[in-house]
Amino acid sequence: MTTARAAAILLAKELRLEFRARELLNATVIFSLTVIVLFSYAFDPTAEESRHYGPGLLWIAFLFAASLMLHPSFAREQSNGALDALRMAPVSSFALLLGKMLANFIFLAVTEAILLPVFAVLYHVSLLGVLGPLILVFVLGTAGLTIVGTVFSAISAHARMRELLLPLLLFPILAPLLVAAVEATASLLADPPALDWAWTAFLVGFDVIFLTAAWLLCDFLIEE
Amino acid sequence: MKRRIAIRALLAALIVSAGYAALFIAPDERTMHAVQRIFYFHLAAWMTSFTAFFIAFIACIAYLGTRRLKWDCLAVAAAEVGVICCTIGLVTGPLWARPVWGIWWTWDARLTTTFILWLLYISYLLLRGLLEDPERRATLSAVFGVFAFLDVPLVYMSNRLWRTQHPQPVILGGNGSGVDPLMGKVLLVCVIAMFGAMIPVLVDRYRLERLRHELDELRLAVESRAAAAESLSPKGGL
Repeated sequence: MTTARAAAILLAKELRLEFRARELLNATVIFSLTVIVLFSYAFDPTAEESRHYGPGLLWIAFLFAASLMLHPSFAREQSNGALDALRMAPVSSFALLLGKMLANFIFLAVTEAILLPVFAVLYHVSLLGVLGPLILVFVLGTAGLTIVGTVFSAISAHARMRELLLPLLLFPILAPLLVAAVEATASLLADPPALDWAWTAFLVGFDVIFLTAAWLLCDFLIEE
Repeated sequence: MKRRIAIRALLAALIVSAGYAALFIAPDERTMHAVQRIFYFHLAAWMTSFTAFFIAFIACIAYLGTRRLKWDCLAVAAAEVGVICCTIGLVTGPLWARPVWGIWWTWDARLTTTFILWLLYISYLLLRGLLEDPERRATLSAVFGVFAFLDVPLVYMSNRLWRTQHPQPVILGGNGSGVDPLMGKVLLVCVIAMFGAMIPVLVDRYRLERLRHELDELRLAVESRAAAAESLSPKGGL
């Protein structure tokens, strides 16, 4: 079975699981919404101020949401030996990891798609004119978040205090991604909006480097 | 044993003389005066900490390639020493910056990179503490170690694209760089002293980790032998 096909089957399994339980996505959306609302206390939410602080606010909210959402990705495979069963399947460990990454990417992307319009309304920011480049930036940023996040979810699943450990591992390593995503988003909310290509290229580089690292090291993550 | 004590005594003398050289022999800097003298240890701490982190990175890769626990022992020893040296750098920096820049801290490329690097290796050590099984701890923390080190150039680049305030490298820094020859010599002594302090600590920490593993194995062997003996011995009443 090819890696792509195996990953697609695993992705379908993750999506089916989520569609039936619908607990992860609901909690993640509400959590991000809460963070976005709470941020209105941190600064005066006028249109001018929001353009200034909005990008950082959005990415911090999604980073927090992702760190909570990514945790069950591997942790819930621990019960009933589900991970052992997956490991016995005749698929490469990269396919396993890729399926998880794609599922997490979709969950986080759906959360963002729901919350971006809410943010635009609450903070008086117009996103319609820059929708195309904005989607590009969010796809690249979210990809980086889920690539590293899924790998670290596989690492922290074996540890004690794993709920607390995952954000600790994830936040420092995602610092450059956060800077790039925030700056690229800020360039789109600026007046006049112009996509910052340097930061966009940086995001691409981040994704490529860590996806390659994940591909090279995935056998060590999924063993025994 | 005697040779080890002799080497330690020699290193102690070297460290003391490095401190003396930095405080009394090095010439006074024109604008910064006495505060500048912290630089000899600041730069030396930075060099040892980056060397230690690089050793940790190589050890992580070597462990993943060979699966021999001695590389894991080296990785944890180097990471711990690196964190200590990095802490020295992070403490001496603000002490110098306050009188010279007028602020304790600035979010400049080099400072931020070092801070993030420090956080990354602290979380590496935390991760190790929370993984029980030695084999799994070695493998998973090695994967994290590789990811963490790959992140360093990215952190630096991302902050470089902002603004940089840290002084440009004074040594090998291109045009206009370079220090007074006597300052250079004092710096060399301090760097050697810092490495002289770091390497024995690293070696000792490595030995300690090896001994810990050995102890664990012996304990397991004793336990399994005791269990085997118990299952063989006749139970009471039969």
